[in-house]
Amino acid sequence: MTDAKTRIESEVTSNDVVLFMKGTPQFPMCGFSGQVTQILNYLGVNYKGVNVLEDADIRQGIKDYANWPTIPQLYVKGEFVGGCDITREMFQSGELQQMLTEKGIAVKQSA
Amino acid sequence: MTMKELIEKGLRDALQPSLLVVVDESHLHAGHAGAREGGETHYRLNVVADVFAGKSRVERHRLVNDAVKPAFERGLHALAIKANAPGE
Repeated sequence: MTDAKTRIESEVTSNDVVLFMKGTPQFPMCGFSGQVTQILNYLGVNYKGVNVLEDADIRQGIKDYANWPTIPQLYVKGEFVGGCDITREMFQSGELQQMLTEKGIAVKQSA
Repeated sequence: MTMKELIEKGLRDALQPSLLVVVDESHLHAGHAGAREGGETHYRLNVVADVFAGKSRVERHRLVNDAVKPAFERGLHALAIKANAPGE
């Protein structure tokens, strides 16, 4: 467990945007994870996808880490942003784009 | 108690919602890795409660997730959450 926590901390601190998800950004294995990848791809955000299905320790560890019972989980600059519903609501209201820009993450300007 | 009843009871007890709609969407996820024989895995809920006023999205979802902890412990796999304060 401690090992999983160390690895999760390393992922969220060494990558600006990290998505803990089921499957990969290229091939999501869950509709909720897929929605978040579509939003990030649409915004042209450079992010790292961590496939929790490949690692049972990370899969449980990430739930404990954020005290959040579900996956996907989005992290920006080490901070937990939310899951699928929150990410989608923030995207639809423009808050996600604003938050990313404020944190210095490049976002493709929408037309 | 069904999973839906367990979710509803948890939310009513913890949040005293003025609106609570819980929908079982397990059938939409049949065959998916988190789905089980017999369903009761994937739910969507719309909840309106005074307690959400002035709280962030993450804080609201945490209140909901805490309220339905027994359901997660019983095998609830996915919960789509819409949480609003009255008037939002």
